[in-house]
Amino acid sequence: MGKTLLQKVWDLHTVRTLPTGQTQLFIGLHLVHEVTSPQAFDALRARGWRVARTDRTFATVDHIVPTRERARPFLDLLAEDMIASLERNCREFGIRLAGLDDSRQGIVHVIGPELGLTQPGMTIACGDSHTSTHGAFGAVALGIGTSQVRDVLASQCLAMEPMKVRRIRVTGLLSPGVYAKDVILSIINRLGVGGGVGYAYEYAGDTIERMSMDERMTICNMSIEGGARVGYVNPDETTFQYLKGRPFAPEGEAFDRARAWWQAIASDRDARYDDDVVLRAGEQAPVVTWGVNPGQSVPVTGRVPTERAAGSDAKAVADALGYMGFKGGEPVAGMKIDVAFIGSCTNSRLSDLREAARIVRGHRVAPHVNALVVPGSASVKRAAEQEGLDQIFRDAGFEWRGAGCSMCLGMNPDKLVGPQVCASSSNRNFKGRQGSPTGRTLLMSPAMVAAAAVAGEITDVRGLVAEQVEA
Amino acid sequence: MGAQKIARIEGTALPMRGDDVDTDRIIPARFLRSVTFDGLEDHLFEDERAGAAGAAASRHPFDNPQYRGASIVLVNRNFGCGSSREHAPQALQRWGIRAVLGESFSEIFFGNSLMIGLACVTAAPEHVRELMTRVEAQPAVRLRLDLQAGTCTLDGFSCPIALPAHARDALTTGAWDTTGLLLERYEEVDAVGQRLPYVTGFQGRA
Repeated sequence: MGKTLLQKVWDLHTVRTLPTGQTQLFIGLHLVHEVTSPQAFDALRARGWRVARTDRTFATVDHIVPTRERARPFLDLLAEDMIASLERNCREFGIRLAGLDDSRQGIVHVIGPELGLTQPGMTIACGDSHTSTHGAFGAVALGIGTSQVRDVLASQCLAMEPMKVRRIRVTGLLSPGVYAKDVILSIINRLGVGGGVGYAYEYAGDTIERMSMDERMTICNMSIEGGARVGYVNPDETTFQYLKGRPFAPEGEAFDRARAWWQAIASDRDARYDDDVVLRAGEQAPVVTWGVNPGQSVPVTGRVPTERAAGSDAKAVADALGYMGFKGGEPVAGMKIDVAFIGSCTNSRLSDLREAARIVRGHRVAPHVNALVVPGSASVKRAAEQEGLDQIFRDAGFEWRGAGCSMCLGMNPDKLVGPQVCASSSNRNFKGRQGSPTGRTLLMSPAMVAAAAVAGEITDVRGLVAEQVEA
Repeated sequence: MGAQKIARIEGTALPMRGDDVDTDRIIPARFLRSVTFDGLEDHLFEDERAGAAGAAASRHPFDNPQYRGASIVLVNRNFGCGSSREHAPQALQRWGIRAVLGESFSEIFFGNSLMIGLACVTAAPEHVRELMTRVEAQPAVRLRLDLQAGTCTLDGFSCPIALPAHARDALTTGAWDTTGLLLERYEEVDAVGQRLPYVTGFQGRA
């Protein structure tokens, strides 16, 4: 009987079975940022511990960095305190830091892959639930809390429970205007926001195999929104080509040896899965969320559900409709928006910006819409500017910002105001998520956000894509 | 690292109805702008509560004076989903909560809670419903959670509760603070690192 990638990586990284019955798991890469680490460093100081493996640890700043005025000290003194604290901690403990002015700075889940730090077969931990993103490379990547950040800093290990594996096979060709974001939103809608609890999601099938690394990252990123702490794609030629030449990727003969090891880490053909699900991508339409969790979504051609039709979910639907101010049965297309946000660890990579720019080129953002693009990293920003994407966005009336998490969670000055409705390429539409206690988030692909920004309302991006093909 | 042994938890309870209560609701992100966990309890569920001025008018269970002093929260499905912020269990614990009893929990929230000695225990949906109804009818009723026996008892009612063996053992033996445990045999950690080709730079035979 073959093994899954998860089992292989798990076995290779197992130190021992702890007296509690948990597995002591070696962590191959620990990514650190300013929000979930200060208390962990304090704990190390209090107990006189050092960082076990500074060579396996890398830090950056993303969650609270302002994306417009980045001069120090920040106007927000709390934010200044957090950044200064990370800088101090990295100096004191000898950790590499891609700080605010570093050319490598950016969202931790964007820079790990683009620097080649993220590699197949690794165990990766970070104090952020979207660490699942790194699974796109065939790594087992775990989102953790601050006490576990302390564990990894001090011991390079985590105490873990075994996970089951659910294979999700996606088959068929995606139509133009339909993206990885639509696929993962559909998966979450079908399996539920709690459906993945206890599972790692292995994404497979020809649709996933055809996807670029950027697209696979979008898929794996949102595993946690389906309750799965870990999501991964088996590494293949697309993975290896992406890694080749990256600053931290092996070079020359070492790369060839790495490739062989990476290939061997993929799930065996006869691996046994705890569950198997199939999704047909050919029937996939662009998806928009209408509610207050990422599972509450419909195709853009659809309508908001009615309480009556929701059956056992009636209460949750009523609660969501009440918060969102939508009527059951209302079509999603045509919903007015106030803000358009393109960014976040889900969709702020170069290919996302290219797709969005393709939609806005030659158009203007609707007069009542505030639109902003926040590249995922300083490197994405530079590359986009080299291609002139910033100019396309600016000409259309978008703001072009510096790299960070920004309006995905509103920990910096980028927030919704009052009950604004935001078309967002981010990952969470929770109540108050984008910084306003009454703010409303509609999740969708970056291209759909671009289309909504131009139309001033939710619109099916496939119409615009078709227009381009004809022209 | 010796931590407090947590085998029994007794106190009044507070029902927090609804599935998929996410950690952004428990503690909104703007309150994470701090290098300590101090004072988080003041912002627990802040955006859905009335705030100090309107507390009397609020229907939120955390504003309801009948539940003041509760040490157990009763919840439904997938409690604590979303962000991995430990600030969520920290805020609950600092408010005075010592156990969360519900139908199910998000994995990261469960793990974060365990790491700080906040017990998360599950019960069957019908038992959670029954407990919520009883507590709403009689907020002063005291619940007794016995983690070893796996029971929740109150006057006139008792039901089984569950938690994974490792969590039960960690809490009841006071071994829930894991760092010391993980550091115990560090030479074995080093040995695993030496065996991993990516740690040694793919220098050896593939």
